[in-house]
Amino acid sequence: MKFSSEFRDPAKAEALLKAIERTLDGMPRRPDRPIHVMEVCGGHTHSVFRYGLHRLIDPRIEFVHGPGCPVCVLPMGRVDDCVKIAERPEVIFTTFGDAMRVPGSRKSLTQAKADGADIRMVYSPLDALDLARANPSREVVFFGLGFETTMPSTALTILEAERAGIKNFSMLCQHITIIPTLRALLAEEDNQIDGFIGPGHVSMVIGIRGYDFIAELYGKPLVVAGFEPLDILQALLMVLRQLKDGDAHIDNQYARVVPEAGNTVALDAMAKVFEPRPVTDWRGLGNIAQSGAQIRTAYEAFDAEKKFALLAADVPDPQVVKCGEVVKGRMKPTQCPAFGKECTPQNPIGALMVSSEGACAAYAQYAAPRLRTGRAVEVADA
Amino acid sequence: MCLGVPAKVVRIVDEERTLAVVDVCGVERETNVTCVAPADAPLADLVGQWVLLHVGFAMSVIDEAEAERTLEVLRELGDVEAELEAIADGRRSLE
Repeated sequence: MKFSSEFRDPAKAEALLKAIERTLDGMPRRPDRPIHVMEVCGGHTHSVFRYGLHRLIDPRIEFVHGPGCPVCVLPMGRVDDCVKIAERPEVIFTTFGDAMRVPGSRKSLTQAKADGADIRMVYSPLDALDLARANPSREVVFFGLGFETTMPSTALTILEAERAGIKNFSMLCQHITIIPTLRALLAEEDNQIDGFIGPGHVSMVIGIRGYDFIAELYGKPLVVAGFEPLDILQALLMVLRQLKDGDAHIDNQYARVVPEAGNTVALDAMAKVFEPRPVTDWRGLGNIAQSGAQIRTAYEAFDAEKKFALLAADVPDPQVVKCGEVVKGRMKPTQCPAFGKECTPQNPIGALMVSSEGACAAYAQYAAPRLRTGRAVEVADA
Repeated sequence: MCLGVPAKVVRIVDEERTLAVVDVCGVERETNVTCVAPADAPLADLVGQWVLLHVGFAMSVIDEAEAERTLEVLRELGDVEAELEAIADGRRSLE
């Protein structure tokens, strides 16, 4: 086996891969399929492909790419909501750049901007608040997208808007939370996930105890991991050892960043501003109860849904793409009939093709070189 | 937007609002440090420390070795460029 020189420590990578093989040798082989380990987080998916880990690991294991990329699970109806608000003449609509190209049923935010809507990419919700301060005659709306990694930032921004008495700022809340999503995935009877590599930066906020049900109810291991290739391999080994010993529990490979209890200041701010939304629509997964957040009534002055009396649009996913099957791990991106044909990184139909953290974009960029232009495939051969 | 980028705290600019300026790969950016504020020490103790920066908020204090390793991975993933581009977008949006 040959390693990419990009591994800072190829000897360590090799030792981990050997240990993974040895662990697998000591386990009965599944007759039907490889062991499926889901990396929940889109950042991990990107890292897996960038370093070619999916090719380096023993073929008795397969990575399944999870739903942990908020851009990838953003439903069309929500993009429509954004466009509807952004097209109002008094509005300056602000968003993280990632959401710009996600297709809506009419248009994406990029298209709406080209058509004249005042849409601005910001780095931080604090930029949006500064815009509101600088433009008192306009309504500044921030699109609050993301898992628990970005939730503390939007919660603290709303608290700051309240403190400073800024009235022309509001947020369209599209926060989603990881625990109910994992619950929904595991509740599907035909799910084929044997263990999880847990998200690093989400866990930095929420801690690791929320995952306990995965081991207790479903008997499956979850190991929270960092983003370096060696972190991911080590977490994979920890998952396999649990499977081998029949002792599923929640483990933390990334303790240097992830405290067991999470970040309590962040959690307090989130609890103050947000509450669970009864139902949230996920692209590919459909409606999942209690899986998203909404702004509490106490802060409704900053809730764009209330300010603009928004009636949420319910738009089905496009038929041609099979994002749902890919997100659930039932289908590889390349098995989707639209992959590389109607749906490409240049013209994405499904959101998994939009973000660099989406499984389809990762496949297109790293695993299916025919689709790419420019950069060469730099990963090692398995 | 989901992966944090390591940044070094340069100075505190507003004690009351817990705002600091951090250095992200040579680019200075105002940052909210509420989530990493020391519980019983002055905010100024953060100066010189490395933090993981998420969309303008410091979310975790990390050591220098961790910061270096993380930066290296992010560079290889192309995420440092993306992050700096996003910071520049944020600045442009205010113009």
